Amino acid sequence: MSNQGPKTLFDKIWSEHLVGQREDGTSLLYIDRHLVHEVTSPQAFEGLKISNRPVHRPEATIAVADHNVPTINRQNIEDPQSKIQVETLAKNTKEHGIQYFDLMDQRQGIVHIIGPEQGITQPGMTIVCGDSHTSTHGAFGALAFGIGTSEVEHVLATQTIVQNPAKNMRISVNGDLPFGVNSKDLILFIIGKIGTAGGTGHVIEYAGSSIMGLSMEGRMTICNMSIEAGARAGLISPDQTTFNYIQGRPYAPSADHWDQALEYWSSLPSDNDANYDHEIVIDSSEIDPMVTWGTSPEDVVSVKGFVPNPSSAQTENKKKSIERSLEYMGLKPGTKITDIKLDKIFIGSCTNGRIEDLRKVASIVKDKKIASHVQAMIVPGSGLVKKQAEEEGIDIILKDAGFEWREAGCSMCLGMNPDQLKPGERCASTSNRNFEGRQGRGGRTHLMSPELAAASAITGNISDIRDFT
Amino acid sequence: MDKFNSLKGIAAPLPIVNIDTDMIIPKQFLKTIKRTGLGVSLFYEMRYDNDGNLIKDFVLNTSPFDQSKILVAGDNFGCGSSREHAPWSLKDFGIKCVISTSFADIFYNNCFQNGILPIVVSPGQLDQLMMAATNQIEFSIDLPEQTVKAGNHSINFEIEEYRKDRLLQGLDDIGITLGYQDKISAYEEDKKNKKPWLFKDN
Repeated sequence: MSNQGPKTLFDKIWSEHLVGQREDGTSLLYIDRHLVHEVTSPQAFEGLKISNRPVHRPEATIAVADHNVPTINRQNIEDPQSKIQVETLAKNTKEHGIQYFDLMDQRQGIVHIIGPEQGITQPGMTIVCGDSHTSTHGAFGALAFGIGTSEVEHVLATQTIVQNPAKNMRISVNGDLPFGVNSKDLILFIIGKIGTAGGTGHVIEYAGSSIMGLSMEGRMTICNMSIEAGARAGLISPDQTTFNYIQGRPYAPSADHWDQALEYWSSLPSDNDANYDHEIVIDSSEIDPMVTWGTSPEDVVSVKGFVPNPSSAQTENKKKSIERSLEYMGLKPGTKITDIKLDKIFIGSCTNGRIEDLRKVASIVKDKKIASHVQAMIVPGSGLVKKQAEEEGIDIILKDAGFEWREAGCSMCLGMNPDQLKPGERCASTSNRNFEGRQGRGGRTHLMSPELAAASAITGNISDIRDFT
Repeated sequence: MDKFNSLKGIAAPLPIVNIDTDMIIPKQFLKTIKRTGLGVSLFYEMRYDNDGNLIKDFVLNTSPFDQSKILVAGDNFGCGSSREHAPWSLKDFGIKCVISTSFADIFYNNCFQNGILPIVVSPGQLDQLMMAATNQIEFSIDLPEQTVKAGNHSINFEIEEYRKDRLLQGLDDIGITLGYQDKISAYEEDKKNKKPWLFKDN
């Protein structure tokens, strides 16, 4: 990568954070902010202890427990292992002087919700976390990616990471989004188009009028699922929408540094004639509300569509893969998507657990009741999202409709806490992964937008928001 | 870190595409605060039934594959969650090498942190190796020479030089980086002046 010539947003952030080359030819990249949670950090802190190494810059790290936490009773974690894990995080952060939002702190929540919410996430930063959905923060024009526990230890010890540059991919989505289509549909459509390995080795920059027209929360949903397309990170150039969102948040630059930060942030968007290794252009008018039918996020179809037939697969491997998915999902080829009957509805996660998501759901289910055969739960992404929703009366609307109103956490997105599907149960979920067993052994997940999940809760079948009155 | 040089043995065939890290090690095993002891839970839902009994026809439950040190798997192995518990569980089971047509980035990185060699081959080569694995032909992997041999097949694979060196020497990555402490400090001093808002440390 040369220093001359037009640069992408990724190139700019990369060169600003390059500490130097190591003798082995790899690059040392400086990390501005490190987010830590209870599941992928204990072994990293243990590693530091064994090697007797300090944390290089404790104040650049923020910690929160989110994966294991109960969403009903906050006072008591029943699972002894989960309890130990959460307590271990509290102990480790205290020992090393790292800021920790504990379970009773209103700022507690899913790590990728609270970073932006607190203003920790800012344009031009490098941000890492031992969690693949760290890509979420790319919505602010920050280079943010998930790392393994050994790398968590490396960042704690050195505030740097060993990397080689990624390739640049740009996905432009142009045009006004059709009625009923939103950011979740957009990203599901993209994953369906490029596949779960389509972004491997790349950082995906999302551009075009459909993307830039989204709110920050919509942009976060897009970048969040970049990992489901295999990408190292997702990025969106920062603009006025970004700056407005950050201003005034607790960790935003203070008034005396604001103008200086803003000037730098304004220099970040990709240059007009920057070069991309791969370009994809999508017309948003071709996108419908999307739903997954299988066990990979690339198994997507329009809500107006049908479960695919393995015999129509192009290759023998693809045919086998569809057959395996259909068997797991308990679906027959050719079934109309809207004929699929549901047992559970899960609204939440780092993909769709923000206030705008909750508002949309509330507007759809207001004065209605969920179908008698479904159980529906809504898990706000953070304590502050929950508080905001309660101030707006959203909790009352949802509870009146029959939803369970929970405390903040990752919850049934991955079911590390008691919120899980039972074998054979079918769930409309606003989360990000429909893998076998993800939400509970034998559980069947259909990924979709909060709007579709809300409509589906009322009818009890997967439903098209456009037909819903 | 464990070194990797060469390896000989039977390879277990797992002809499934998009094997994600949730499949490799499900969520309930992520509650540990240790790196060890996860091998028994590797591929838990494919290996055990609802009552915790071994599913007899799953490849890693059948002899001689239950002793495999090598896994041959479908495209895009290790996608999804960043959990390093995935390579930890493979290693604890005894698997030191995974062969596929492609790996997800985070999983690929995580392998090298744990002395596991991920090898990328072409789709045609994977078909040959899958067949050889199924037929219980002995595999021979040589990292210095960058070759996989199985029966009549001899395949050269690519690997970045620094990753190869790290596996061959079992290097401590953090120790290497700490050798650049002066550069890191110089970088921080420079940025404190140029981007003070990043150092308004909480």
